[in-house]
Amino acid sequence: MKQKLKEIHNKALTTLSEIKQMKELEEAKVKLLGKKGELTAVLKEMGKLSKEERPVIGQLANEVRQDIEKKLEEAKKHILAVEQQIKLEAEKIDVTMPGRKCECGHKHPMSIVIDEISDIFIGMGYEIAEGPDVEKDYYNFEALNIPKDHPAKDEQDTFYVNGDILLRTQTSPVQVRVMEKGKLPIRVVCPGTVYRSDEVDATHSPVFHQLEGLVVDKGITMGDLKGALAVFAKELFGENVKVRFRPHHFPFTEPSAEMDVTCFACGGKGCRVCKGEGYIELLGCGMVHPKVLKMSGIDPEEYSGFAFGMGLERVAMQRYGITDLRLLFENDVKFLKQF
Amino acid sequence: MDVPMLWLKEYTDVTADIKQFIEDITLTGSKVEGYTTIGGDIENVVTGQIKKIVKHPDADKLVITTVDVGKQRELQIVTGATNLKEGDYVPVALDNSKIANGVEIHSGSLRGILSEGMLCSIQELGFDLHDFPEACENGIYVFPEAVELGKNVIDVWGIKDDVVEFEITSNRPDCFSVLGIAREAAATYQIPFHYPKIEVQQKAGGNASDYISVEIKNPQLCPRYAARVVKNVKIEPSPLWMRKRLRAAGVRPINNIVDITNYVMIEMGQPMHAFDIDCIAERKIIVRNANDGEQITTLDGNVRNLDSSMLVISDPQKAVAVAGVMGGENSKINENAEAILFESATFHGSNIRVTAKKLGLRTDASSKYEKGLDPNIALEAVNRAAQLVEMLGAGEVVEGVVDCYPNKRESWTLSYSPEKINKLLGTNVSEQQMKEIFERIELKVDEKNHTVVVPTFRPDLEAQADLAEEVARFYGYDKIEPTLAAGTPTVGKRSRSQIITAMVKQNMISSGLCEAMTFSFESPKVFDKLNIAKDSNLRKTVTISNPLGEDYSIMRTTTLNAILTSLATNYNRRNESAGLFEIAKVYLPKAVPVVELPDEISTLTIGMYGNMDFYDIKGIVEKMFEVLGMSEKVEYATEKTIAHMHTGRTASICVEGKQFGYVGELHPQIASNYDIGTKVYIAVINMPEVIAYADLVKEYKALPKFPAVTRDIAMVVSEDVTVKQIENVIKQNAGQYLESVKLFDVYQGKQIGKGLKSVAYSITFRAADKTLVEQDVTEAMKQILEHLSSQLQAQLRDK
Repeated sequence: MKQKLKEIHNKALTTLSEIKQMKELEEAKVKLLGKKGELTAVLKEMGKLSKEERPVIGQLANEVRQDIEKKLEEAKKHILAVEQQIKLEAEKIDVTMPGRKCECGHKHPMSIVIDEISDIFIGMGYEIAEGPDVEKDYYNFEALNIPKDHPAKDEQDTFYVNGDILLRTQTSPVQVRVMEKGKLPIRVVCPGTVYRSDEVDATHSPVFHQLEGLVVDKGITMGDLKGALAVFAKELFGENVKVRFRPHHFPFTEPSAEMDVTCFACGGKGCRVCKGEGYIELLGCGMVHPKVLKMSGIDPEEYSGFAFGMGLERVAMQRYGITDLRLLFENDVKFLKQF
Repeated sequence: MDVPMLWLKEYTDVTADIKQFIEDITLTGSKVEGYTTIGGDIENVVTGQIKKIVKHPDADKLVITTVDVGKQRELQIVTGATNLKEGDYVPVALDNSKIANGVEIHSGSLRGILSEGMLCSIQELGFDLHDFPEACENGIYVFPEAVELGKNVIDVWGIKDDVVEFEITSNRPDCFSVLGIAREAAATYQIPFHYPKIEVQQKAGGNASDYISVEIKNPQLCPRYAARVVKNVKIEPSPLWMRKRLRAAGVRPINNIVDITNYVMIEMGQPMHAFDIDCIAERKIIVRNANDGEQITTLDGNVRNLDSSMLVISDPQKAVAVAGVMGGENSKINENAEAILFESATFHGSNIRVTAKKLGLRTDASSKYEKGLDPNIALEAVNRAAQLVEMLGAGEVVEGVVDCYPNKRESWTLSYSPEKINKLLGTNVSEQQMKEIFERIELKVDEKNHTVVVPTFRPDLEAQADLAEEVARFYGYDKIEPTLAAGTPTVGKRSRSQIITAMVKQNMISSGLCEAMTFSFESPKVFDKLNIAKDSNLRKTVTISNPLGEDYSIMRTTTLNAILTSLATNYNRRNESAGLFEIAKVYLPKAVPVVELPDEISTLTIGMYGNMDFYDIKGIVEKMFEVLGMSEKVEYATEKTIAHMHTGRTASICVEGKQFGYVGELHPQIASNYDIGTKVYIAVINMPEVIAYADLVKEYKALPKFPAVTRDIAMVVSEDVTVKQIENVIKQNAGQYLESVKLFDVYQGKQIGKGLKSVAYSITFRAADKTLVEQDVTEAMKQILEHLSSQLQAQLRDK
């Protein structure tokens, strides 16, 4: 009997090892362990055994049964895994097909530049100031030390509404409005739309954007001006950019300067973009003219400050390689979606 | 301002090479725009002598020359020129040479005969007869005398020069001259500056005042008028050295007298004019305002209409020049002029600018005058002109100057504090160093009292800050140590309105819209295009008095036209769909005509077309209000009164009963006015209300602990009943446990019947403190259904 059990055991193991499908497995299970199965048939003959043999054979039969059950379970797991794998294979898709995207909109390139520059200055402790587009002559010119007969006031540059009211030609009038409020110290930047009487072409627009900056406090020096703008340039153009300050003239600053940055295209070696100079003009700046401080009610003996202003279209055009200014105002989605 | 370096070097000995010079002088404040090298584009063009000329066997109009260019072998060159003879010295462009305008010359065959280069005319080398009056007009240039062979022709002529173009700022009229730039160059390099020695021999004797008298009627517009008289004038081309300099400075040589006036203007910055003295009636110059309606024919042959704001040079009978702008034809110098008058006057800068602009006649002279010249150079300039007349043998100078200068401009004194200058610059420049800098730019320094005397040609130096700039630029802007402003710390931030505006933008972008940017001014025609009522306030605009054209003449009162124009651009370029938004201002005058600044109202405008309907754009708007925490406050209602919108598909957007925007479909007629052949959806929302009502404060609500119960109902109502009415009834009658009301289906069709629609809702109830029992919900639903039935005649549909 012992022998018979062993045979059943061995035969079962061989059968199970060859089974590939669930159906075969079910059949084998019935055949081995079912009521009419081989093992059951053997056990039915247990009664014929002696008292001494019975527990020994019983134990053996149980062990055989447990082992077959265990192997059945293992075979089942294996078959399931194989079947699942087959199913997964059947479900295959072309993963190189494009995904479904949630259509997202795009910020205008000018906004990107304005926000980025504003954020740099916010990080340096500046607030964002605003002022009207339709502005008084006083704020746009007179309070900025641009006297009545200055060439910049000539009609060819400025759009007038009437003798006293005009479209601001620069963001600088916001400086005056901020200073007039009298809250010191001042650290502001003012991005905004400005207007000049230029016909529309690839490099000119009668409507464009500037960003103005103003710092007024006790003991502000030209060194502070250089320091602040150098930090700004590095933030905007990267750690490797070099800046250069050249003397210049603006009626509302004294001393005045223009700041150049090393050419983004050649890094300062000189190329077509920078006309061989290695530098590109970025902004105008200077120490706020004492007359301007005084006119806005700030005592130039006690306070000093610096101001700067830059055109933003050029920054955007250079950054993105846009060669025609008109694209910025056409709003073709094929253009806008590139940013 | 073009400055030829050879000319500049006459006054100061600059030794740096051109690139270094440009960098150095830029850093001390004279901004260089660029430079060109005269003759720099000519390569490999040398002197040669024609040894033999024979006919071309196959071309009547060509000859074959044999040319000696100083090499062992003579060259064979074919030419069509007819002005040559054997023995002539000519410019020869060799094989692989460059002539003017980048043209390259190579050996080649002309009608079967090898030509090893080209014989050049003066024009082919980039010059003209004004530069070389001796040149043949239509033929090869022939040197007037023997020259060494094989030499670069540019060197032989001695015309190679670097010309530097400066951008001169309006505060430095003194730098509009070679002398002014030379003075800056000398200060830059701390080297001597040699002002030209001006001496006039006045061989003609007599006295200028016997020939001419001068009266200034308006000394404010003409502070000074200096005149000299030259007799026995001999008009001829000026010598090569002068022609070369003028040419280099970008001025075409004409004749000795004209050239002298231009030469002095370029050298000293003082415009000059020469009159034929016989054309001045009574030999009396009167500087006066023109009469309204007065006319003069200027030297360019055009009749100019003058007005009383303009200044003229006149004699007792007629105007002979528009002061500072252009001379009159009636007093122009003719070949036989016996005596001429050199005018060197000072005029009021902005008056000249306005006159030149009114006449549309901006000349070299007017552009110099408009900067505001120093009257003290006028006398030196007229003497310089006289000196040149004598030098060139162009005539005999009469003794004396008629100099009318009623109010002399005197130099002024400024005081300075070295300590304060250093404090402003953030530097440590010593007193001695400051003194040296001031002296370099010709200020007289009183070290003890800390004062300087400013020469009259530096009107820009008005106060200490101006002196600080002089110190800074010669000390070196690059040597100022960058520092980070200490001072009082401030917090960088955006204001509430800036934050909300940024949130709106971000929200529009996440809804798939692209941000647009448009012009703030437009054409008054847009109102008709948008069908805006004739009496609408929107037609009251801020109007620009000097616009670029009607299309840019009014500040917009609505943002619609801009966004529709942009959509039209997209439609026209066959973009299948487009969704744009812009946050921009409209400009609403407080009264017309405008006497005070208008209200500038920031406005959000959305414009879309493509595969979409009303509920897409409304969804974008609703989502935005949700993000801004104000969707509970915002209400929508049918809006039929906006003429440019679809009357059945537009909703007003209100908060607390006040309308601040609308959303809907554009009226098809307006879409067609913009040539957009599809449905357009528009939303216009005033930002001030958005900013006022946005609620950015978030408060946590406990997560629900007890389960919700949901009931779905479907009802049939008249198609005129809005979902808003239905929802109001549900909300009012649902009792305390109502959590949400969600519309999930609206259906109209055959199964419902004409004029009716089916509306289905999911209504969810929940209690915060217990699990709802069936009875709670049944009671609420009963109330809801009863009221829907009684108030809206709704019939419950069977599921």
